[in-house]
Amino acid sequence: MVHIVLFTIFALIAVAGAVNLIAQRHPINSALSLIVVMASLAVEYLLLGAEFLAVIQVIIYAGAIMVLFVFTIMLLNAGEEERTHGSRVALLLGVPGLILGGGTLAWLLFRHSGTVAVAAGALPGFPKEIGRLLFRDFLLPFEVTSVLILIAIMGAVVLASPPKGAQEPIELPPAPQGEE
Amino acid sequence: MQGTVSLTQFVVISILKIAIGLGALLTLDAYTVLAERKIVGRIQNRWGPSRVGPFGLLQPVADAFKLLFKEDITPPYVYKPLYLLAPVLALALSLCSIAVIPIGNDITIRGYTTALQITDINVGLLVILGITSIGVYGVALAGWSSNNKYSLLGSLRASAQMISYEVALGLSLVGVLILSGTFSLRGIVDAQAGTWIIRGFNTHIPQWNIFPQFVGFLIYLTAAYAETNRIPFDLPEAETELVAGYHTEYSSMKFAMFFMAEYANMITVACLASLLFLGGWHGPLFGPPLMQALLPVFWFTLRVFFFLFLYIWIRGTLPRFRYDQLMAFSWKVLLPLAIANIVIISLVVALTS
Repeated sequence: MVHIVLFTIFALIAVAGAVNLIAQRHPINSALSLIVVMASLAVEYLLLGAEFLAVIQVIIYAGAIMVLFVFTIMLLNAGEEERTHGSRVALLLGVPGLILGGGTLAWLLFRHSGTVAVAAGALPGFPKEIGRLLFRDFLLPFEVTSVLILIAIMGAVVLASPPKGAQEPIELPPAPQGEE
Repeated sequence: MQGTVSLTQFVVISILKIAIGLGALLTLDAYTVLAERKIVGRIQNRWGPSRVGPFGLLQPVADAFKLLFKEDITPPYVYKPLYLLAPVLALALSLCSIAVIPIGNDITIRGYTTALQITDINVGLLVILGITSIGVYGVALAGWSSNNKYSLLGSLRASAQMISYEVALGLSLVGVLILSGTFSLRGIVDAQAGTWIIRGFNTHIPQWNIFPQFVGFLIYLTAAYAETNRIPFDLPEAETELVAGYHTEYSSMKFAMFFMAEYANMITVACLASLLFLGGWHGPLFGPPLMQALLPVFWFTLRVFFFLFLYIWIRGTLPRFRYDQLMAFSWKVLLPLAIANIVIISLVVALTS
């Protein structure tokens, strides 16, 4: 009973945060709404008994990734966005598409749920089990994913570095000697 | 955890524990400030506060009243929602960590056994790391929403520094986790009971993690100082360059909230150091039953006070880093050291077990 009440509260907070993320005009408000969504998702994991996953969700998403988002927004000093009326195509195609996609998803979930009921906390996902899955059963996909992320990082470095000869590096004044 | 208690009993006991825990933390918070002023005073060859009450012991009360009754100024052109949210966030998150910190063994009162900790969860250590990682937002948002260059620079420095040192901090704890095999703070302390027995020879040295993990301990201590923005890593509020950094525009109680958050973080970090590396509440037990029940809490508090004293001592001794030195130190010294430490301890554990 307590579980259902808490689940509903945090599900509503997550959805409200997601809507707010799109509705807000200031990027930093949107980023903060995303943090709210992620935090309430973590609470949902916690309600399912997956303590480890919940905390990892907070550390990785809310704590690391979103800090970088906020950091970037602060550095760019991005201002408020202008409100536009939106495009007609998006309205004509988007709304039916949204209804169709959402309906299909809801129908599929409704259809296939309830066959096997898993009690809350039945699959707790202890760190040991998750580690065994990641580093033994799914070792190859896990390592390949990390290579994929490495490629993305290298791509970002290549994109960010100036082309050869295009720009002289800024001369920094020599650091004071004898302090290090 | 609790065997046969009703929901009401559980709620009442939890609320009691939260009230006592918060009360103790806030009192310690206030007196850490006084201790800092006193000890730094002695280091600088002066008395420190000595006028309010005996030995200046009522100084925190006077400070609190002063801050409460000061004019609360909200400067124009700040982004108000976040400007107001930031100090609340900083303080609330720093107080949250106390929830998972155990301060002693189970105690039994009138047949009801309870742990000396607000809640014991399996991933206690990770919860503290998670709360610390979210704590960056308080500082970051404060600086950004103040609409002040010094504040923004201070908060950018703070976020960069906290993210960088969090990596070293997290990695320095892996050695402890490998040795004890659990994320639960209570489990980690229990794993440090007894003495080191090497090849059947009792060395009479307590089985604390600091001995096999001395490098990890030093990395943790350094990274923890940086996490809490304390001298010598207090670049975010370097007053000679940035006025006061991210809290330049805050006055009265809002400023006090940042101040309290900083000291609460110090206490959390000191608690964590005692639990992870110095064997938590283990120590000699003697005397009547009541004394035996309270001695673990005393030993634990002693360790926490030692770390708080170390904090203040270092503050009174060391000058501030330069910013590039600070970042280079984290990425080029602490991080490789922490990774090497993990590799070595993993090899040792794998080969000996």
